[in-house]
Amino acid sequence: MGFVGRSVTRLEDAPMLTGRGRYAADVSFSRELHMRVVRSSHAHARIVAIDAGAARELPGCVAVWTSEDVAEIPPIDFRSTRVQGLEPHRQPVLARDRVRYVGEPVAVVFAEDPYLAEDAADLVTMEVEELPVVLSADRGTEAAVIRKGYGDIEAAFRAAHTVVDLDLSIGRHSGVPLETRGAIARYDAMRDALELHGATKRPHANRDLLARMLAREPGSIHLYEGHVGGGFGVRGEIYPEDVLVCAAALRLGRPVKWIEDRRENLMACNHSREQRHRVRAAVDAQGRILGIDDEFFHDQGAYVRTHGARVADLTAGMLPGPYRVPTYRAVGHYRLTNKTPAATYRAPGRYEATFVCERLLDAIAAKTGIDRVEVRRRNLIAKTEMPYARDLDVIDTEVVLDSGDYAGLLDQALARADWAVLQSELEQRRAAGEAVGVGLAFFLEKSGLGPVDVARVSMAADGTFDVVTGAASLGQGVETVLAQIAADALGVDYRRVRVAHGCTDRIEQGYGSHASRTTVMTGSAVHIAATKLRENMQPGCSAQGSFESEHMTYPYGVHIAVVNVDRDTGGVAVERYLAAFDVGRAVNPRLVEGQIEGGVVQGLGGALLEEFVYDAEGSPLSVTFADYAMPTACEAPGIAVLLTEDAPSPLNPLGIKGAGEGGVNPVGAVIASAIDDALGVAGAVTRLPVTPPRLVEIMRAERR
Amino acid sequence: MSETRNIAVTVNGKRYERSVDVRLTLADFLRGPLGLTGTHLGCEHGVCGACTILVDGQSARSCLMLAVQANGHEIATVEGLAPSAERLHPLQEAFRDNHGLQCGFCTPGMLMTLVEFLRDHPNPTEGEVRVAISGNLCRCTGYQGIVAAALDAAGRMRKGG
Repeated sequence: MGFVGRSVTRLEDAPMLTGRGRYAADVSFSRELHMRVVRSSHAHARIVAIDAGAARELPGCVAVWTSEDVAEIPPIDFRSTRVQGLEPHRQPVLARDRVRYVGEPVAVVFAEDPYLAEDAADLVTMEVEELPVVLSADRGTEAAVIRKGYGDIEAAFRAAHTVVDLDLSIGRHSGVPLETRGAIARYDAMRDALELHGATKRPHANRDLLARMLAREPGSIHLYEGHVGGGFGVRGEIYPEDVLVCAAALRLGRPVKWIEDRRENLMACNHSREQRHRVRAAVDAQGRILGIDDEFFHDQGAYVRTHGARVADLTAGMLPGPYRVPTYRAVGHYRLTNKTPAATYRAPGRYEATFVCERLLDAIAAKTGIDRVEVRRRNLIAKTEMPYARDLDVIDTEVVLDSGDYAGLLDQALARADWAVLQSELEQRRAAGEAVGVGLAFFLEKSGLGPVDVARVSMAADGTFDVVTGAASLGQGVETVLAQIAADALGVDYRRVRVAHGCTDRIEQGYGSHASRTTVMTGSAVHIAATKLRENMQPGCSAQGSFESEHMTYPYGVHIAVVNVDRDTGGVAVERYLAAFDVGRAVNPRLVEGQIEGGVVQGLGGALLEEFVYDAEGSPLSVTFADYAMPTACEAPGIAVLLTEDAPSPLNPLGIKGAGEGGVNPVGAVIASAIDDALGVAGAVTRLPVTPPRLVEIMRAERR
Repeated sequence: MSETRNIAVTVNGKRYERSVDVRLTLADFLRGPLGLTGTHLGCEHGVCGACTILVDGQSARSCLMLAVQANGHEIATVEGLAPSAERLHPLQEAFRDNHGLQCGFCTPGMLMTLVEFLRDHPNPTEGEVRVAISGNLCRCTGYQGIVAAALDAAGRMRKGG
C-alpha cells in the first residue's frame, strides 16, 4: 500500500515539539551585530533633518545609517505582475526626502546587543514638515488601472431583465504570522559568499532580486530557510530590512541580525485586502447572469512592493468565479495612500472577489425571488463544459478551468449540511426570537502556478533517499507531502526520504512555495525524478525531474456556516461550519484538512474581527495584539471538512490541485450571507469585517 | 549601561547561576545566555502566549517577567517536557498524532499551557480546553488539531500513558 492518499504523521514534527526548532530568531553567529530600525511616526511628511549624533555616541552603537548611507541601493524592484506606471512608487530601503506611512524605515542602528540597539534607535531624532495625508482609495494617487473583460457588457445590461448593483468593501487586514519577520546576514570573504538566513517563500527569486540591488553575482548570494513560523503571503518577500542586513554585513564586516518586534510587524509587514467595489450584474428572467460590471478601488498603501499589481490583477481575473458569465468588465483603480504598503495575503484577490461575486449571487436571489441555491445552480459552469476557457488572463496565464463538477459538490455539501432540515431548525429558532442564520458561498480557487519546477532525488549509501527541491516550507508540511510522493514512486517507506528545501545552494533552480503551487509543481517534479531513479535504483545514483505547466489548476468548493447574532452587542458566534473542497487528489488528507481549518479561522478573522484601523492623521491604531484582534480557540468553531477528489486535474501526473487557500477564500462571503439570513435582511452586510459596532449600526438602520 | 544582578535559577531541573542585566526579560535570558530557544516570542506584550513557561508549576508569560524575578525559582520550559531523548511526553505525542501543529511556532506555549491545564483538569470537555488555550494564539491550525490533541492527551494521561 502506498503513502499518497494516507494521513501519515509528519516528518517535521519532532524538533518543533521538543523545542529544538530553528526559527529566524534562533539563528545566531559569533560577533553578530543587532540592527534596529528607526521608523517614521508621521504618515506623510518632508524630512528636514535626521539627527543621529547622540545615537552614534552611545557605547555599544557601531553605526547609524540614513538614506545617504545607502544611496547606491536602488528601490526594491518587482518580482511579479509588473505593470507600467508603477516604477516610481517602489519603496527605497530607507526613506529619502519624504516619509509616506507610519512605520516607514528612515534610519537603521547597528549595536552590540539588541537592547543597546533599541536604546540607540530611541536617540535618533527627526525634524519634519508635515504634509496632507490621504487615507482612502476613493482619492489617492492612481498608480495604475487594471482592466480586464470580454464581450459586449453594455448590450448585456440593455438586454437585462433585472439589474442588481452593490457597493461593497473589504477591510484592511493581513496574514500576521505568529513568528515576526527576521533576517540574519553574514559575509564569508573566503568564499566571497553573502548568506541570508531567515529566508523563505521564494528563495531563488529573492536571491536574484538581492543580487541586482547589491550589484553582486547571484551565485555569490545564498539564502537559507530554517523553520518558518507561518507565511500566509506576507513572509518571504524582499523588504527593506532584508536588504539592509545584507548591505550591513558586507560593509561592517560582521554578521548582522534583525528580528522584528510585533509593533513593527503590524505597521511594516505587508497589509492586504482593502478594496471597495461598485459592482452590478445583469440577469435574465430566470436569474441567469448576462454580465458583471465591476469598478473597484484598491488601497495599496504608500508604496508598491515586490508583487506589483498582483492582488488587483487576481481580483479582476478571478471575480467571475465558478459561474457562466457571458460578458464581463473589471476596472481596478490601483491607488496609493499614506498607509502601510499592501500585497498578498493567503487567497489574494480571491477572498475579495468571492465576497463580491457571492454577494451578487445573493442579491440576484433576493431581487428575483429565486432560491439562493437554485440561482447558483443555474449559473454554475457544468461538468460537461470542462475544460472551460474564459476569455480572461490572470497573473499572466490564460484562465482555463481544468476540471470540475461544481453542481455535484454543491449537492454533496447540501446533503452533508442537511440543508433542508437545517432551514427548518433555524426557522423555528428565529420564530422563538433568536437571530440565527445560515450562509452559503461557492468559490473558485486557483493553484499550481508554473512555469516550471525541478527536483533531484538520490539514493544514499545507507539506502535512504534525498530529495532536493527549490520549494519552501512555511509550516504546511512540505517535507512530509513530498516524501510521500517520492516514496510511492520509489516503492519505499516515506520515513526513509529526506526532503531539502529553501536553500539556494542546494539546487540551481527553484520557484518556492506560494500560490498553492508546491504540491502540484514541486510534487510533480519529485514524482518524475523519483520515477526515473527507480529505473536504476542504486546507492550513489540520482535523477532529476522537471515539470512544466502553462496553466494553473483550479480547485473549487462550497462553505456553509451557521451564525448566531447577539442583537444587543452585535457579536456574531459561528455555531457550525462546513467546508467542502475538491482538491483533485489529496496526498495527505489530514494535512489538507489542516490547511482548510486554519484558513477558515483566518477568514473568520477578516470577516468579523481583524482590521488595521488608522486615525485621521494616519497613525495606525492596531499595533498590538490587544488592538488587532485575531480569533482565539473560543471564536473558532468546530469545522467539518468534506474533502472530495471528484475532479482530478488533467494537468499533472497525480491529478493534484493545491489546497493552501481554499480554507480562507470564501469565508467573508459565507459569513456575510449567514448574517443577512440571521437578520432576515437581504444585503445587510456590505462591508467586512462585520465588527460588533458595525453590526449594531446595521440593526439600528433596519429598525429606522 | 544597565545594572546587573547575580541570580540562581533552576530550569528543567538544572541549576544556573548567572549575572544578568536587570532589564533582561526572562524570555531573553532563557533564549540567550541559556540557549533554550524553544521558548518563542510572538508579541512581547503578553497576548500571544508563545513564550508560556511554568514558574514553580504555574504558567507564566516569560516575555512579561524579568530574569531577576526568576531568582530562586524553578522554571520549566518545552525542552524539559519529554521524559527522554527517545520518548515524547503524551501531550507531545498527541500533538503529533492529531496534527496539532503546522508551523510549530505557537506549539511550545500551547504545550506548556496545556501541561498545566491537564494536570489540574485531567478530564476536560472540549469547551474547557478551548477556554484553557484562549490566551494562546495560533495562526495555522484553526485550533481544531490542538483541541483534538489536548483531549486525546487527557485520555492518554488518565491511562498513565
